[in-house]
Amino acid sequence: MNEETPGSVLVTSRGPRLLAGASGRRGVVLSTASTVIVIAALAAIFLLAPGSRQVRHTFLNPADMWHALLGDPRHGYYSVGEALWLNIRMFLAAEVLILILALAVAVIRQSTGPVMLPLRVISTVYVDVARGVPLILIIYALGYGLPALSLRFVSSQSAAVYGVAALVISYSAYVSEVYRAGINSVHQSQVAAARSLGLSHWASLRFVILPQAVRNIIPPLLNDFISLQKDTALVGVLGAIEANKAAELYSDTTFNYSSYVVAAILFLILTIPLARFTDHLIARDRGRRLAGGAR
Amino acid sequence: MISRTSGGDSPAADTPPAAAALEIRGLHKSFGANEVLRGIDLSVAAHEVICLIGASGSGKSTLLRCVNLLEPVSAGSVYLAGQEITRPGVNENLVRTHIGIVFQSFNLFPHMTVLRNVTLGPARVLRTPRAEAVRQARALLDRFGLLDKAGDYPDRLSGGQQQRVAIVRALAMRPRILLLDEVTSALDPELVAEVLDVIRELAEGGMTMLIATHEMGFARDIASRVCFLADGRIVEEAPPAQLFTEPRDERTQRFLRRITEAGRL
Ligand SMILES: Nc1ncnc2c1ncn2[C@@H]1O[C@H](COP(=O)(O)OP(=O)(O)OP(=O)(O)O)[C@@H](O)[C@H]1O
Ligand SMILES: [Mg+2]
Repeated sequence: MNEETPGSVLVTSRGPRLLAGASGRRGVVLSTASTVIVIAALAAIFLLAPGSRQVRHTFLNPADMWHALLGDPRHGYYSVGEALWLNIRMFLAAEVLILILALAVAVIRQSTGPVMLPLRVISTVYVDVARGVPLILIIYALGYGLPALSLRFVSSQSAAVYGVAALVISYSAYVSEVYRAGINSVHQSQVAAARSLGLSHWASLRFVILPQAVRNIIPPLLNDFISLQKDTALVGVLGAIEANKAAELYSDTTFNYSSYVVAAILFLILTIPLARFTDHLIARDRGRRLAGGAR
Repeated sequence: MISRTSGGDSPAADTPPAAAALEIRGLHKSFGANEVLRGIDLSVAAHEVICLIGASGSGKSTLLRCVNLLEPVSAGSVYLAGQEITRPGVNENLVRTHIGIVFQSFNLFPHMTVLRNVTLGPARVLRTPRAEAVRQARALLDRFGLLDKAGDYPDRLSGGQQQRVAIVRALAMRPRILLLDEVTSALDPELVAEVLDVIRELAEGGMTMLIATHEMGFARDIASRVCFLADGRIVEEAPPAQLFTEPRDERTQRFLRRITEAGRL
């Protein structure tokens, strides 16, 4: 982060590569100048717009932002900052479960032989369905459907638990495909070498293929987790007081939307480090591959 | 089934007369409509070194992979120490522990140190206690001048060193037979000798080997017999002195003439 110019935060999604195009001091001056001009132009458009005052009042009101961040139980609204803690916990729980479930699904789909066929079919159908159905519908289905079943343990969980379950179901389908791509990225000759030592299919997978596959998929995996962090906000529809829901409650009470901006900023604070870290890994990987290729 | 302890010489119903270390009978292999092997018959006695030669695409690698069960055969059978390993229901993993194979492109595990590469099979498959597996691996590495590389990752090694590690990895399983598939083809010329020296040493030590190679000079030196593969069959099989000086089959003559013209013999 340190070695980048201030403007680079604006181009996070494509990362430091964009700056790399600007070679030498002249390049830095040019890119800084153009960044400043673009920002100034956008700011000017925003400030000079006819409704600017109104928008700034309803969306960017410092006092409202401060209140929303801290919350005030006496006035009936929650702290967006505190609610974010629920997002973080849901994210962490979902992440661990996704890594496990997705790996199982990927390994089953990679398996061969008739014994695994039923599981293979189930996994394939699962991935197709879970990827095809919008996450929000899965959240509704679990959040309202499971309690309605009146089962003993299953139906008495909190909204956050159903939300995490929905996130796990949806994301594991995507992540299993990432794993699968990783497994396929390991060359067949590695399988041959492992099997030729007498290692079973599973042992080859465990000791030879997966360790190499995981290395290859860390960047795409982190990408999915960035998006998972944000999608924890969807669980608010079940009534769980996460950051977005807390912001909604605030605006319902005060008719001011600045609380949403607070939630947005907090989500950014969560996701940007992960995004930077992903870029860093990708760059390092590229560097290694170039160095390796020169051998 | 072949056991690891008894030496595997226990007589079985389908034992061919004098059990060769490796016996290949009427082996056919097709990839779709492409029939690569069309009836291979070959018998390898213990301590013999057989060199397979033949044009690119003649099926040398395919034959070795079939012997190692990495490819299922289309027809025919392979016997290891008198026991058929191509019949259905055979424990392929156990069979492979007896047959070492070294590939053209080394295929070391890049995420493991040299030592881990060598101990993986013994520790995970043979269930050798780790300390013992490490001791044996270090002894083998030492024997081939690789002990100082034990802690390195494969990408730190030269091609020649990598291929020697691959040979050590195969040897660590104490196989009955070693299959070598053009193990010097991916190497820079100056690295070929160090690998060939290792193979020579193994031959002198009595290792049974089936070697696919383009190194005719090496084959001539080391082989008990040389087999020339063409059109999916072994069209000529003879001691090297005979095969290289007075080949009988017209296809062998043509192949050797081309090799000679290319300055490789
Ligand atoms: N997995 C496969 N699928 C389809 N065809 C294959 C496969 N493996 C090998 N073949 C085909 O089998 C034939 C023999 O290949 P093989 O690699 O055994 O030859 P080779 O004698 O080892 O050649 P080289 O000297 O180039 O290594 C080739 O025509 C090849 O295209
Ligand atoms: Mg070959």
